[in-house]
Amino acid sequence: MSLLIKNALLVDGSGELGKTDVLVAGGRIVSLSGGNAESVIDADGLYLAPALFDPHVHLRTPGQETKEGLASGLAAAARGGFGTVVAMPNTDPVVQEPEQVRALLNEAYDLSGARLLCSAALTVDQEGGRLTAASLLASAGAVLLTDDGRTNENSGVLARGLVYAAAAGLTVAVHAEDTGMRGNGVMNDGALAAVLGLAGNPPEAESARIARDLEILRYSLRKTRSLGHQPRLYVQHVSTARSAELIAAARADGLPVFGEVTPHHLTLTEESWRSFDPRFKVAPPLRTRDDVEKLIAALERGELSSIGSDHAPHTAAEKDRDLESSPFGIPGLEVAFPLLYTELVLKRGLPLSILLERMTSGPREALGLTPSRLAPGEPADLMLFDPHGSRTVDSSSFVSKARYSPWEGRELAGWPLLTLVGGKEVWRDPIVA
Amino acid sequence: MGALEHLLDFEGWERTQAENLFETARMMEAVLDRPMKKVPALKGFTVATVFFEPSTRTRISFELAARRMSADVVSFSGAGSSLSKGESFKDTLLTLQAMAIDAYVIRSPVAGMAHQATNWLQGAVVNAGDGRRAHPTQALLDAYTLLSDLETLDGKKIAIVGDIANSRVARSNAELLPLLGAEVWAAGPAGLLPENLPGARLTTDLDSALDGADAVMVLRLQRERMGEGVLPSLREYIANYQVTKKRLDKTKPEAPLLHPGPMNRDVEIEGTLADGPKSRVEKQVRVGEAVRMAVLYHLLVGRAA
Repeated sequence: MSLLIKNALLVDGSGELGKTDVLVAGGRIVSLSGGNAESVIDADGLYLAPALFDPHVHLRTPGQETKEGLASGLAAAARGGFGTVVAMPNTDPVVQEPEQVRALLNEAYDLSGARLLCSAALTVDQEGGRLTAASLLASAGAVLLTDDGRTNENSGVLARGLVYAAAAGLTVAVHAEDTGMRGNGVMNDGALAAVLGLAGNPPEAESARIARDLEILRYSLRKTRSLGHQPRLYVQHVSTARSAELIAAARADGLPVFGEVTPHHLTLTEESWRSFDPRFKVAPPLRTRDDVEKLIAALERGELSSIGSDHAPHTAAEKDRDLESSPFGIPGLEVAFPLLYTELVLKRGLPLSILLERMTSGPREALGLTPSRLAPGEPADLMLFDPHGSRTVDSSSFVSKARYSPWEGRELAGWPLLTLVGGKEVWRDPIVA
Repeated sequence: MGALEHLLDFEGWERTQAENLFETARMMEAVLDRPMKKVPALKGFTVATVFFEPSTRTRISFELAARRMSADVVSFSGAGSSLSKGESFKDTLLTLQAMAIDAYVIRSPVAGMAHQATNWLQGAVVNAGDGRRAHPTQALLDAYTLLSDLETLDGKKIAIVGDIANSRVARSNAELLPLLGAEVWAAGPAGLLPENLPGARLTTDLDSALDGADAVMVLRLQRERMGEGVLPSLREYIANYQVTKKRLDKTKPEAPLLHPGPMNRDVEIEGTLADGPKSRVEKQVRVGEAVRMAVLYHLLVGRAA
């Protein structure tokens, strides 16, 4: 099966590559200068980019399929222009044995949607005590170890975990929050939380934990230097200006640390809490306008090199509870790209290639994977999007099981119209002829 | 200024709104002085008190207020109810809504609950306390009590003392009293002061807050709301912040003393002060009923009109 995508504007993380015809066959890009194909798509006026890579999604499988399933989650990803997603292991049971990783990958193999990559727990039951078997998990196909959803309270365990993960070639991802300082905070701590009478989660709870983790990374570097292993620390959902500063300084110092930022921390602030709407409840919490500005700047400079949606679906009934019992999390797969394209590229002039780099090669590099480029021989994981056509976010049309959105009603451009994974169509908007 | 739709807090309120309410409350107070303490004003209306957090005095005050005006009253309280079977606050409220209720008086341990309820319900919502956020009828009855002593709050210094950070009473008073012209000082230990409290001046120095004050409002020390390490020592609290006869020498001589109750005698307040001539504790409870009658009247009659 071959496909010719005609007249598309090509763009990837390295820059804009001009208007041309792309030939896809055998699951790969064959040519950037046209050719004969069984089917043809006229993509005049549309951008063709590498399919996006999401290093941080919760597909709630196994055990929490009322919130999300592999089929719905991977289909939602495909609609959002993602060709690959990395599922978090904080499921029920926790994904921590090689057999579980294999079973998930097998199940996803038969589904139409984005490719599934699996992460596994760093510690047994994500309790921060006993380490899991990094090398066996890596052999089974896990690409990342993390206790995401929980925090790594025991520094010694995290330090040894980084050493073992490095030996297995795996990155360790951390949800960096000091639980003692966080307390039962539901929103950003500060003047607004004081006014609203809600328990605050201080920005320093995050930066203090990141500062600790960077020292732990130094330890693991020292311990592995003579072995030739490369520890990599991935800091999930960086939400404060100070955290971004710490990571930038560590990177300037040569530390192998990678910072992730989410679509919600780039586009929403704590001011949303004035509506007492639990859709805005997320951990770490939405911060201030100043934090958002500095996160965007750090993203542009590459100090934060990865965008992860932290797609965290819950049922509508769970989410629509009071502000204490409503669970943390925002579903983002289906709006992440148009949202960031509109808010960062169109409204603020962030170069499109930078946004794409942070949503493709950036997270891949953090996991030790090769960059995504539009070039002959590369896998045909592609995404076609419309830079002009504007649509309103309507969560009732989501294919994710989480049909609510903090961006409900926002007018966005940049909607993905076609997503290919290995040359296979996994999403096609009906308007594409 | 439109009719009052809900009473959640004082955001967007104007001074005249509070003054109109007080005028109605004065008429209601007169009703309560009659031998036959009942008027037909709310006949045919149904008021539900929905208390997701235990409370006796506030619930009774609201229920009496509604009954004095001939409304039908149903009450729901959290303990031992469907909530303990896992039902959400929302589903509980929707169940009540199906029973054709006109006004919901909601008390919740979680901030924002009354606000959320307005998204789910058709009827009027009165916030009877949501977490540590707001308790507007308490602030209204406090202001009403103060006005009966001071005649006006313009330029008056009101000192609020105690656990400010965890107090919905302090938050609501800091919103309402400045609207009526008062200058509010809030005094308490550093760990029990919020980062900021719009409308109030924060201090850890009790004497400066009491100095020349026209009235003093003592808050209950809410031990159940305090996490570990927030209040290091009760002894230290008493030494520095207990309101005593001696400390009241600093205030204006006739300054009234208010307390929203329930009281921990000899913790936040010297025990005998509560029964002394300056105490307005009983008065607060008495006018509370009239103020809540006025609130329900404005919400229900204003809405039906």
